[in-house]
Order: sequence, then C-alpha cells, then structure tokens
Amino acid sequence: MTTTEIHDRLKARFGEDVGPLSEPKIDAFAVVKRERIVEICRFLAKEPGLELDFLEDLTALDWPKNNQIEVVYHLLSYRHRHSIVLKVQLDRAAPSIATVEGVWKTANWFEREVYDLFGVTFEGHPDLRRIMLPDDWIGHPLRKDYQETGGYHGFSNVRENPLVELKRLDDVRRAEAANAAGGVDGPAKA
Amino acid sequence: MTGRTMDAGAGAGDVTLFHTSQLDKLINMARENSLWYLLFGLACCGIELMQFGGPRADVMRFGAIPRASPRQADFMIVAGTLTYKMAERAKLLYDQMPEPKYVISMGSCSNCGGLFQLGYSVCKGVDKVLPVDVYVPGCPPRPEALTEGLIRLQELIRSEPWSTKRRAAKGSVA
Repeated sequence: MTTTEIHDRLKARFGEDVGPLSEPKIDAFAVVKRERIVEICRFLAKEPGLELDFLEDLTALDWPKNNQIEVVYHLLSYRHRHSIVLKVQLDRAAPSIATVEGVWKTANWFEREVYDLFGVTFEGHPDLRRIMLPDDWIGHPLRKDYQETGGYHGFSNVRENPLVELKRLDDVRRAEAANAAGGVDGPAKA
Repeated sequence: MTGRTMDAGAGAGDVTLFHTSQLDKLINMARENSLWYLLFGLACCGIELMQFGGPRADVMRFGAIPRASPRQADFMIVAGTLTYKMAERAKLLYDQMPEPKYVISMGSCSNCGGLFQLGYSVCKGVDKVLPVDVYVPGCPPRPEALTEGLIRLQELIRSEPWSTKRRAAKGSVA
C-alpha cells in the first residue's frame, strides 16, 4: 500500500483531525490533531490491511519562530512493507501530549529521550525520567534557546588555549619543584 | 647487587647511604616493570586500547597487565570521550585505586574534549577531573603511540621517590 492510500484511509476514518499529506521530499507526512494521537496510532497499528506494527522512530523538532515543538512518529509495517510519518504540533511554552506507550512498547524509551532533550511531557507515561543526561541536569539541550550552565558538579566547562594553559601548568609545576627542593635543603642547612 | 664496598676507606654511614639509595632504585625498578592498568575504554580509543594489550603491540613485555578492578591497578588509561556523567564515575574509580597511582590520558577527546569539545555534555579534558601524568595525542592514537606513553610513564616512575607519591583527585579528601 502506498503512503497516499494509508493517508486516504486515515482521512476516511478521522476526517478533519488528519491534515493533508505533505509533498514527499523524503518521507511524506501528515499533521494530526494532538488530542486524537492515541486513537489514530491504535487505528494504524491494529486496522487490518494497515497494521503499522513498528514504531521506527519517535523524535521532535523545535521551531522557536512558530512557537512550536513538533513530535514526529515514523511508522512502518513489516507485514505490508509500507510506512507513514505523523507529526503533531505542540505549544512550545508547555508541550504535552498523550503517550503511545500502550500501542508500541518501544515508545517508552523514545518518549523518555524526547522528554530528556526537548522537555515534552508525555501524559500517562509509566516512567517519565531522563534517559541519557544525569537526573539533576538543568534544561533541555536540543531546544534552540538552550544555554549551557557553566560546568557540571564543579567540573569546569571552560578550556583555555592549550599553549597558554600548558605553559601555565608547567610554570606551576616548576615553582612547586623549586619550593620542594628549597624545603629539603632548608632543614639540612639548619 | 651487593652492599659491600671495595673502598677500604668508607665509613659505616656511607654504607648505609649506599643501601638506601639502591633500595629506592630497586623498588622503582620493580614498580616500573609491573605497571597494571585499569581498563577504562570510553569510545573508539578503547578499540586501540585493546590492540595495545594484543599480540602486536604486546605491552605485557613491559609488565603491563590489564586489570578490570581499580583496586588492583597502578595506573588508569582514560581512553575516549569523557562526558560529565562519566566524569563522576572516573573520579570514583580513581579514588578507589591504591597509592601510588597514575593517569594516562589517551586521545584528543580525553586530552581536551577533542572533536566533541563544544558539546553540552562533554567534559573538556580529563585533567578537569583527575591529575594526568602523560597525555597521548591522536584521534585515536595508534597502539605504538600508547606504548610510548607507557614508556614515558616508566621514565617518570623511575625518576621519583616512590614513598612520597601521594595525590588525590580534585575536590576529594586525600
């Protein structure tokens, strides 16, 4: 089945909640309504003839100018060898969407990753924690306006020009060595 | 090696001095030829680190044996990109090693962050966390380069009195 045919069936079932299919640059995608994402996903996964049983990827995009975060679902059917991409547009200030973990188990870790790097909240997710960054990390680094917070747990995130820094370290070491030599000689003389 | 001196004019004090100086050298010789290294391969440098212990580079001829436990290791080879999350673990492992201990920083990433220096999660060099003795440049360094790093470390160990060697990681209590 072609992507257009999948989209037609989706359109027939959900009507206005499914947007038009985009120009196929790489993967044609359809923008769907945020509130119905779980229904749509369950339909695509279970409906005979469609059976998109594999969630290839779940990721996100940040569009600060449009004040949007887009969550992207790449779906594939092993049985029928067809695929489709869904997008959902969320408010950038408080992005939140229902989890599809109940449809595909693999969404669990994908959603944790998107939460970790974009700060999208997945409602109903059984274990929404950071998956890659440390638990006490501040901010969501793949947002376009992310600013680094000067190091982590006291480890500096600044590195000098190596030529300058190595010379400085060398000087410190030499001064220490000179002091140590002076310290040994001192008591011996006294 | 004998403690006797052929010089009939030497006093008892000189003989004692002779003995102490040689003992230090003897202990250092033992130390430099049985350097066990802690495996800490973090990225692609880890692959070269395996070759370093393999039959072609064969560092066992220098007495270097890989250890999987920090408690049995004399020095640590930090091989690969160190993230902030891993930097805390690296410090923990370093703190578990018995004194005297050394660190070799292998490859551009662990020297200064390398290719990933501008990444938000990458530590800008292992020397921000641990005191490094030998830096091995390269991306990744060949096993021969790391072998030279080991020989430099042996030179360092040969040249210092073993008993005064005490250091701690930055921010930890010695």
